[in-house]
Amino acid sequence: MSLLAVRDLHVHLGEAHVLQGIEFDVPEGGVTALLGRNGVGKTTTLRALMGLVGRRGSVRLADEEIVSTPTHRIVRRGVGYVPEDREVFAGLTVDENLRLAERDGAARYELVYDLFPELKQRGKQRAGTLSGGQQQMLAIARALLNDNRVLLVDEPTKGLAPALVTEVADALARVSELTTVLLVEQNLGVVQRVANGAIVLDTGRVVHVGPAKELLANTEMVHRMLGVGHA
Amino acid sequence: MSTFVLLTVTGLGLGALYFLIASGLSLIYGLMGVLNFAHGAFITVGAYSMWFTESKLGGVAVLPRFLIGALVGLVLGGVFAALVELVLIRPLYGRHVDQVLVTVGLGLATTALVTAIWGNDARPVPAPSWLGNTTHLAGANIPNDRFVLILAAIAVLAGLTAFLRRTRYGLIIRAGVENRAMVTALGIDVRRAFTLVFAIGGVAAALAGVLGNVYFATVDPNQGTSLLIFAFIVVVIGGLGSLRGTAVAAVVVGLVQQYANYYASSGLGDLSVVLLLGLVLLARPRGLSGSLA
Amino acid sequence: MSRVRDVAIPLLVLVVLALVPKLAVDLPYVFKDTLNTPGTLQLLALCLVFGGLALTYDLLFGFTGLLSFGHALYFAVGVYLVAISLTRWGWSFWEGIAFAALVGIVLPTILGAVSLRVGGIAFAMVTLAFAQAGSVLAFKNPYKWTGGEEGFATDYTKVPSYFVGILNTKNLYWLALAYAAVVFAIVRWAVSSSPGHVWQAIRENELRVQVLGLRPYGYKLLCFVLASFLATVGGIVYVLLEGGATTEVTTANFTLTLLVMVVIGGTGTRWGAVVGGVLYTWANQRLGDASSSHAVSSLPSVLRTPLQQPLFVLGVIFILVVFFAPGGLARAGRLRRALRLS
Repeated sequence: MSLLAVRDLHVHLGEAHVLQGIEFDVPEGGVTALLGRNGVGKTTTLRALMGLVGRRGSVRLADEEIVSTPTHRIVRRGVGYVPEDREVFAGLTVDENLRLAERDGAARYELVYDLFPELKQRGKQRAGTLSGGQQQMLAIARALLNDNRVLLVDEPTKGLAPALVTEVADALARVSELTTVLLVEQNLGVVQRVANGAIVLDTGRVVHVGPAKELLANTEMVHRMLGVGHA
Repeated sequence: MSTFVLLTVTGLGLGALYFLIASGLSLIYGLMGVLNFAHGAFITVGAYSMWFTESKLGGVAVLPRFLIGALVGLVLGGVFAALVELVLIRPLYGRHVDQVLVTVGLGLATTALVTAIWGNDARPVPAPSWLGNTTHLAGANIPNDRFVLILAAIAVLAGLTAFLRRTRYGLIIRAGVENRAMVTALGIDVRRAFTLVFAIGGVAAALAGVLGNVYFATVDPNQGTSLLIFAFIVVVIGGLGSLRGTAVAAVVVGLVQQYANYYASSGLGDLSVVLLLGLVLLARPRGLSGSLA
Repeated sequence: MSRVRDVAIPLLVLVVLALVPKLAVDLPYVFKDTLNTPGTLQLLALCLVFGGLALTYDLLFGFTGLLSFGHALYFAVGVYLVAISLTRWGWSFWEGIAFAALVGIVLPTILGAVSLRVGGIAFAMVTLAFAQAGSVLAFKNPYKWTGGEEGFATDYTKVPSYFVGILNTKNLYWLALAYAAVVFAIVRWAVSSSPGHVWQAIRENELRVQVLGLRPYGYKLLCFVLASFLATVGGIVYVLLEGGATTEVTTANFTLTLLVMVVIGGTGTRWGAVVGGVLYTWANQRLGDASSSHAVSSLPSVLRTPLQQPLFVLGVIFILVVFFAPGGLARAGRLRRALRLS
């Protein structure tokens, strides 16, 4: 049973027809990677699922249609969002950032502090003064605080030093044991490490769906669709 | 020396009046991106509700009359502001320019309505006599209403700061001023915060209306609009969305206006405020606090 | 074919309007008297002046996206400088006009150069502030020149005889018509010129204009000076029409009513601002007349009182337009095709 079913999804940004009828399924459990070259519409896809941009088509979350639902209600149905560039609230402390993410029902602070003990130590620190890696942890923690059914994660390793990339990948691996993840990622090493399935976009359309390991093993496809490596 | 004291306290009193108005404007713009031209209407509603209530309580002693009138003014100001947000602003969510235009229309219509009902002339507002009396401070005789204004502004600043730091809605508003979309992406319905911010702004503006009645000893339909212009200037100098910046700017503007009016000539105070705005914006286009203008 | 229509329709409108003082036509409810009476011509002239003035504001706001809250200042410059130079300084008519026109170019150049260093809200506030300064100056009555809050009447002996006296209202009407026509023509030409295209590009996306290697600042300043100068000329016509100056034209409220006119008519369209200006001015006057009429005074006071303030009715109409017809009249349905908008 697919947790997320997307059909004929269209998004226009200004005059550009960014998503031209995207269709894919995200199975329950594990990490599904959303891949593609720069600018093909991966971030836009996540934002469309979140309702942060105008969209048209069909998006079903566990068989409930959410394509016209406002963002805050989508989130309350169990969707967590870790945006590109983190978007933590710089003027608020780490504690306050987490508190803001609390919804009704138990907030899983123990889990979050277990995964990211630094966040507990730096509770009173203003989020704007955290390093990039720490902010990334905070952004993931925010989405993890509630028992979400699916996490939409956008390029979590962007701009991070290699050691931090590993840390984030580790965290993602542990997270994926608890909840389904739809992951946009350019770093293929991370994808290799954590992803089960892969969906590839190219100029607003889905061009490939299949197991991640298979795709990454096929250097010709990787080069053609992701523009990386040698043919 | 006594002149200095008188000028400073009066300037602070004026700054306090501006702060009461500007604080709401700043929060509303910071959170919602709406330049609220109807804020003058909130001032007017507060001022006239108070005056009207007092005029209906003719037989009552002055102090209770004054307090009840003031209370009514505050409540009606807040309620009116909340209604404005719900009926006029919320339906236009996402259409920023239209939201601003609607507030322009409302501002014009409210002033006209008030003029229609009660006429253009200034009406005297009864207040407890000790407000009009003076207190001797460091050689100067200072009207007591200045102190009340300053205390009111300090109370509002303290109250607002506490609200923003300690309550959940305060947290939502602080985060929303930074990044509204991300707040919704955490499952929070920001629109309720919008109504709340409007209501808070409305109460603060109504308080300015009430205390303006005291400061000017009269109520008239155009007071709200003329105060609003100065409040806008304060908000822009201080940096939109920053409460602290607004407070600092309000003090500076009030003092500059008083000193210039006295040492140059009456009316030149207003001009020097304009000059101040020009200078600040040319040096720091985002205002003193550097927030997004 | 459309080029011919582009020119023919406005010309036709111009001719019809020019003939109005000769037409003994009665339009009940629209005007109190027949078209060729001084009272009606005065109102029509006022409508035309504001139609032109609204268009100058649209040039700033509707076409270039510059939200100014201080446009009234330049209109007031035209009004006050002519009145003051003729009445207080004893200058001749043409000297006074030339002086006002000169200031109407120099002042916006200086103030615009300063204001345009910032954008968006900051720009709006700076323009508001400068206009406020002017307003304060007018209220303060320095050297007793401006007449303070009540304003003052122009010395009519300094004005050419063909503009003085009730019987010459038709000449003032034609002057106002000429003003509106000239503003219309200039704005049309400017908007379709190459700086005009840059202005519209600036309104859409200023960043893109910069990326293309153009400096928006110079273009914005050009637009600002042109719009302000044309507003000053409008002020000159206005002071002749009204015979004096009042502080009303210096207030922020006045600029806001220009904004209302332009939005009701439809921003950035060929006819929208002019239609908005004409309709608003007409409505303002006629609502004032109506409020003292029998029909309104016999209404229960809860209805009568608000209706007696034209600004209340207009404010409410404005709100309704923003809600239900945000493109203004010019973009509403069939009107769109009929007026062939840009």
